[in-house]
Amino acid sequence: MNKAVAPAQIHTEGVINPKAEVRNFSFYYGAKQALKDINLQVETDAVTALIGPSGCGKSTLLRCFNRMHDLYPDNRYEGEILLKPDNINIVSSRVDPIEMRMRIGMVFQKPNPFPKSIYENIAYGLRIRGENRKKVLDEKVEQALRNAALWEEVKNRLKESGTSLSGGQQQRLCIARALATDPEIILFDEPTSALDPIATASIEDLVSELKGKVTIIIVTHNMQQAARVSQNTVFMYLGEIIEAAPTEQLFTNPKQQKTQDYITGRFG
Amino acid sequence: MAIARRPRAIHKLSERIIEWLLFLAAASSVAVTVGIVFVLITESYEFFKFLYEEGRIVEFFTGTRWTPGFAQAAYGILPLLNGTLLIAGLALVIAIPFGLTTAIYISEFASSQLRETIKPLMELLSDVPTVVYGYFALIFVTPLLQQTLLPGMGGFNALSAGLVMGIMIIPYIASVSEDSMRAVPMSLREGSYAMGATRLETSFRVVMPAAISGVIAAFILGISRAVGETMIVKIAAGSQPVMTLDPTESVSTITAFIVAIAQGDLPYGSMAFLSIFAAGLTLFVMTLLFNLIAFWMRARYREIYE
Repeated sequence: MNKAVAPAQIHTEGVINPKAEVRNFSFYYGAKQALKDINLQVETDAVTALIGPSGCGKSTLLRCFNRMHDLYPDNRYEGEILLKPDNINIVSSRVDPIEMRMRIGMVFQKPNPFPKSIYENIAYGLRIRGENRKKVLDEKVEQALRNAALWEEVKNRLKESGTSLSGGQQQRLCIARALATDPEIILFDEPTSALDPIATASIEDLVSELKGKVTIIIVTHNMQQAARVSQNTVFMYLGEIIEAAPTEQLFTNPKQQKTQDYITGRFG
Repeated sequence: MAIARRPRAIHKLSERIIEWLLFLAAASSVAVTVGIVFVLITESYEFFKFLYEEGRIVEFFTGTRWTPGFAQAAYGILPLLNGTLLIAGLALVIAIPFGLTTAIYISEFASSQLRETIKPLMELLSDVPTVVYGYFALIFVTPLLQQTLLPGMGGFNALSAGLVMGIMIIPYIASVSEDSMRAVPMSLREGSYAMGATRLETSFRVVMPAAISGVIAAFILGISRAVGETMIVKIAAGSQPVMTLDPTESVSTITAFIVAIAQGDLPYGSMAFLSIFAAGLTLFVMTLLFNLIAFWMRARYREIYE
């Protein structure tokens, strides 16, 4: 039997139908080990939150899913992150990172719209995939902007620069940009940490709406945010997963003392 | 115990004096610039007054002969403008593509070690005196062209001067463009890579547009250098103010003319003497125009990053 699909080798509580499976995974910045033996399943079309104190490795883990660490020298992956259903090992050196990034989108901490028009920001991903038919682009751009709850605000100014929008709008533009190419997973790296409370609420609503449509992994330093938007939560500490469970269970009835201490604010 | 203090009045006075000294230092460079422009304009005024009195003022702008030092003097600036723009144009045709490609390579593709090696070397290239470039054009590039592509070409020609000037400008364009590309925040590149873009796509579709104001500034800087460059033209292009678009011919530029005519014995106040200032003023206006365009372009296309 294929080892990769052997059942019950790892199991994360609350995960029935995994979209991704992290197995015996470690990550190194040069000589420094940043992630230690991570095992985790990520539920399909649900929101999984990664929480933990600063420096616990939550963003580092997130950026492994689309091989962002490849952009900088001396980074090393060890172990497997399998993308289901085809069981491709994302972090294998034989796998083309560009191929993976085509399938896994990302939204960053600070909104980073390109210095292009709103329209071209959304069309970017489609164009680099070779789609240049105006009709298809028009359709996809509108669809993505609607899905990111931005269409009504920008439909009459699609030619204006993406950088002319407000911070919250910019972040929704970045979400629309990621949505436009129909990714299988979208990674959110503290997407609201640079935004005001109202813009934060609109991004959270958006993430909640996307549940059921696309698999989402979100890193947040805000426990309330994790509680509000996610179905499953992973608590990390010092490069290790301490506890991974359905969100409600993790916050109301944690199994580990460390988790208990963190969510009650005893450290962090 | 109270701390000893200088009397308030003395303190205030010394503050005032220092403020004044600083102001004077800052004002001196402005004053020198104003002074130069003033001399240019007053001497040029004498030149144009003479032309006006002779009824030849239109000749300056439309005449196709420029021979102020001759008995049969003609004062049409066009041949000099023609030569200046022809050589600058040739230089830019070389410098823009090579400079930009170099900038993209160093900024987006080279490893940091390679970058640390290449950049200082490149900047060293721009420290070579232009007289060396001039002789390089005259005794290497021109014979090379004569032996290979253009056997009939004369020893003094616009082509080799323009080519070598282009080579001289490459480091300027590359260096300034590279600086502005490096200033593009990493978060934009990450955004592009996260969409599945390659390095080439990221460089051309995200980094370049984001750095465009700096790249345009680099081009304008290159144009200004080319227009103001004297030695290469003087040495390699000859000094015949000919009205031509043929780069194999000998031409003269505004700066080369100024050097050539200033070498002779010029009676103070003569028309040949005054023509130097008229030519200088023309050059000044040209460079000013380029700078204004650059200024406008920067304001128009600037992307501001925190």
